[in-house]
Amino acid sequence: MELHQLDPAIARQRLAAGLRLRSGPFVVALRSDIPALSQQVLQQYAHHTVVDDDGFCDFHVHVTPPANLRRWWRPQARFLLDGDEPFTPLPLHHAFPMLEWGLNWCISTQAHQYVILHAAVLERGGRTVVMPAPSGSGKSTLCAALAHRGWRLLSDELALLGLNDGLLWPLTRPISLKNRSIGLIRDFAPDALIGTPVPDTIKGAVAHCAPPAAAVRAAQTPARPGWVVLPRYTPDAPALLSPLPKAQAVMELIDACFNYSIHRHQGFAALGRLVDSSDCHRFEYSQLDEAMAIFDRLAGTDADADAGADAEVAVEAEAEANEKTRAPPARAAGNAAP
Amino acid sequence: MTRHRTAPLLAVLREPGLMARLSLTQWDLLVRQARTAGLLGRLHALALGAGVAAQLPAAPAAHLAAAHRMAAAQADEARREVALVWQALHGLAVPVVLLKGAAYLMTGLPPADGRSFTDIDILVPKTALVEAESALLFHGWLTTHHNAYDQRYYREWMHELPPMLHRQRGTVLDLHHGILPETSRLRPSAEKLIAAARPLGSEPLLQVLAPADMVLHSMVHLLHNEEMGRGLRDLSDLDLLLRHFAGTPGFWDQLVARAAELGLERVLYYGLNEGQALLHTPVPPGTLQAVALHAPPPPLRRLMHELWQHALGPQHASATDAFTPLALGAVVLRAHWLRMPAGLLFRHMLVKGWRRLTEKGQQSPEAAAPQV
Repeated sequence: MELHQLDPAIARQRLAAGLRLRSGPFVVALRSDIPALSQQVLQQYAHHTVVDDDGFCDFHVHVTPPANLRRWWRPQARFLLDGDEPFTPLPLHHAFPMLEWGLNWCISTQAHQYVILHAAVLERGGRTVVMPAPSGSGKSTLCAALAHRGWRLLSDELALLGLNDGLLWPLTRPISLKNRSIGLIRDFAPDALIGTPVPDTIKGAVAHCAPPAAAVRAAQTPARPGWVVLPRYTPDAPALLSPLPKAQAVMELIDACFNYSIHRHQGFAALGRLVDSSDCHRFEYSQLDEAMAIFDRLAGTDADADAGADAEVAVEAEAEANEKTRAPPARAAGNAAP
Repeated sequence: MTRHRTAPLLAVLREPGLMARLSLTQWDLLVRQARTAGLLGRLHALALGAGVAAQLPAAPAAHLAAAHRMAAAQADEARREVALVWQALHGLAVPVVLLKGAAYLMTGLPPADGRSFTDIDILVPKTALVEAESALLFHGWLTTHHNAYDQRYYREWMHELPPMLHRQRGTVLDLHHGILPETSRLRPSAEKLIAAARPLGSEPLLQVLAPADMVLHSMVHLLHNEEMGRGLRDLSDLDLLLRHFAGTPGFWDQLVARAAELGLERVLYYGLNEGQALLHTPVPPGTLQAVALHAPPPPLRRLMHELWQHALGPQHASATDAFTPLALGAVVLRAHWLRMPAGLLFRHMLVKGWRRLTEKGQQSPEAAAPQV
């Protein structure tokens, strides 16, 4: 059963006691009695599968007001993993972003059965694009846009690379949008379900965009590598795809890896295989429409191209010839990111 | 009767083979209890040892293996760190004795497998302490705790210097000259410990404590600790050491004799009895009889037993009761009481209490979580 099929009153009750949801390879028990947080969970996790209360659960997390004065006076929220509190409390209205950050923390510090990268992952035609990028690079904006234009979302934040199978495993959770990209994605993808912005976090305003239902339903299906793309938002720049040497690509992935120091040579080998089986690019952009066109061509699904594989080869050949691939002119005005 | 007597974590530490027969609901609780106790990696090692690792359900087994993988990476770092410490200190031509985790690791003792490392502990003769500190400073370790009170606390009253932090690698080293504070009621002789220590390998002066001393130090660490959060992990270390050395001829007699020599008879009494009660550590009846002579009088004995059972058992909410926080507070207070004379303790508590009110620890979630 999916969360939205549960009566909201019952869902809230279960959330207060510990609601179990399947999220990619993990089962998470979410417990919270904060009404604003429940509402966000019901919206953002609507298509996640509700799991029975007996059986195994990977992480038991609890978001709750402190049991002291701060429950009422300048109220706060705490994040607890099984009674352990890894963070200082935040203002109560940050509860949902805190839950998301907390879940990222649980996974990136513990799920070492994967090589974990700070990267967005999407899939088209059975192949994934892995986009490692620092904050402010426009990664999440690009990710949200692609997720609403024919690419299957695997993850906005954490790429889970199987150590032995070399596959990318979905962790289809809400996409975190910041500041201007919130309005941008609202305009670009009117069908996107975007939560109430939280105005004053350390990252500025944050709003979450719910993962599309089809992507959540496919979250048990991993995909093989296809592309590594290093996105960078540059104001007013035309969309530009340029080749990224493989040695550099692997260094970028190591930089983005949370648990490289744990996996070491095995991690190096896994990231090397990922890069070996991917086409690697840098990507500079300012207009989402231009970006979509380039990604369509990457995936070989551009309407103008003859066949998928040919289009892909064409992009590669062009890239190698010019060192730079210019985007076709933007089809629609506006949509500057992020 | 405390709730934790039925905790799955205690059950599998006593009998690791049980892991092959747990339901998923039991696994749910076991992984939670083990995570809180810092024992996930050890469970993986125990499952391997019992030959049941391949029979575990995939989801919980992934947590055990992931923690074990992390511990293995830390162990490799610790091995490298030991080599670098030795590189810094070998020129002094004094014994350098590895303690606790580093000793288990370098001698391949069972508690090392799956155990997480936070720092390296070494013991040197007190007469060589100043030289050892200078050599370490010269090789890139920096002293921490710069305020005057902390410096005095460590240098005058404690048995170790303030933790030293390597300026490039960020690793932490605790340089000891004893195993209990200078101000402590009990003063086991560090000279005797060093005299009986054994070479680790081809370097005669890079050493580990003799088996009986290693066990006694593990007990001292367990029972006189000012921080009790990881009591069960330390008790499990002790349990594995005892199970390992139990087969060595004469070990138990040496243990009793050595405790008497070092003035640690009461420590040995508690260590063996509480280990036996919580983890079913096998102890020969003769040894138990011998240490029983050093038990406290019956009312105190019963009280202490209750306190230890609560303080050393699993600390996950599913295994504690209303008495647990009180027991933890009591054993920490006891540890402090035994570490310092009353006047000094009062003063130390005032300083620490004031700091707790005025300083902040922890990180904000934005800083700790992936960049979002």
